[in-house]
Amino acid sequence: MTDEEAENISRVEELAYEIKISEVMNASTITLTPDMHMSEVVEIFRKNRISGAPVLSSTGNLVGILSMEDLIRCLIDSDLKASINKYMTTKLITVLNTDPLVEALKKFVATNYGRLLVVDKEQKLAGIITKGDINRGLLSALEYDFQTEEVKKYRASHLFDDIESNRTSLILRYQIKQGDFTHGGQASSNIKRALIRLGASKQIARRCGIAVYEAEMNLIIHTTEGGAMRVEIETNQITIDAYDSGPGIKDVQLALKAGFSTANESVREMGFGAGMGLINISRCVDQMKLDSVYGKGTRLKMRLFLDHDHSNSGLEIDSEERN
Amino acid sequence: MNILELISIVNGKVLISNFDSNVEILGGCGADLMSDVLASIEPGAVLLTGLCNPQVIRTALMADVAAVVLVRGKKPPEATITLAQEEGIPLITSPLGMFELCGRLHRAGLPSLEKEVGSHQVCGCE
Repeated sequence: MTDEEAENISRVEELAYEIKISEVMNASTITLTPDMHMSEVVEIFRKNRISGAPVLSSTGNLVGILSMEDLIRCLIDSDLKASINKYMTTKLITVLNTDPLVEALKKFVATNYGRLLVVDKEQKLAGIITKGDINRGLLSALEYDFQTEEVKKYRASHLFDDIESNRTSLILRYQIKQGDFTHGGQASSNIKRALIRLGASKQIARRCGIAVYEAEMNLIIHTTEGGAMRVEIETNQITIDAYDSGPGIKDVQLALKAGFSTANESVREMGFGAGMGLINISRCVDQMKLDSVYGKGTRLKMRLFLDHDHSNSGLEIDSEERN
Repeated sequence: MNILELISIVNGKVLISNFDSNVEILGGCGADLMSDVLASIEPGAVLLTGLCNPQVIRTALMADVAAVVLVRGKKPPEATITLAQEEGIPLITSPLGMFELCGRLHRAGLPSLEKEVGSHQVCGCE
């Protein structure tokens, strides 16, 4: 079994509980009456290409089911003139139309029947469900579902639970091009989406999103050759590293001051370069460290704690410069 | 405030083809500096701005902005519209100016979702 199949199976199982029998059953069922002749059944089955049909009394009550097997028994007896009454099965296996698919699946497994009668609360016939109906229903739900965020989230959120180690982490890496304002923020969007899929809270995703976005824009605006971002996700913390190879920051303390910016006019026109980036980052993360060597490059380390013991306590802004 | 109500108050034109018309707008924020937006806005707000580049949408995504209104009839570049479309951020253009828009929305009962400077030791994500 491939991993993909394994993932799909768990989703199929979920769907079997989510989808109602009424959603996939065939409601426009061809029905028979007890007084019809078996010879008519042959015609009805042939014309409609079916191999069984429920039998309703004149008052519309469900009284039996006639299957191909019953018809064969009748043919063996050469008894086509007999009425349906004589050959129909009166021991009925029914499922409720409001039940989830899994109820039908259980009965299919237990009985080995090809079709089940679906009834409503009043035990009136609501339709018929076959194994084929279930497959079709599940497949179309899967197909629809496959694209949606929910499934992606469902799969990803299990990642950390499913893997056992002393310390599990997921590392995302992004290359950021200098001056690429058109794609600026793309990495941050992807990081935020990944966190949501992994099951992070909205608040954490938002704090992390804002911090990495400011860091990403810094790499786009201020570097000579762009840079990279590395996001390490663990169950208890998110560690982000944004680094570049130049030009480095001349005065780190000054760079950390609100309103100080070296950005040019074109960057300001884009809505950035107000000297608030690093301040914003420090508000969103639990730990931040800015390390820069002028002429060599800059490394901004950020950390968010996911367990409540740490959150928002003791913000450390640490910086150093070496000449 | 429902987003359709907002669109009618701002005489707005929606620039993306499909958005969720059930979106609730919790408040407003007006700014042209994206860092100001990122620093001050709380989730669920409409962002009024004169800035049209794709960074507006990126900012909206990061800060959980519910809708973006471009002031003074600004026509954004195609890249901005495409991104808004992809990410499902309602992008609206209004012929009215920033002051008029803020006034109208405030009068209609929409509160400010901008935090004051100094009121936030940590980013407003709680």
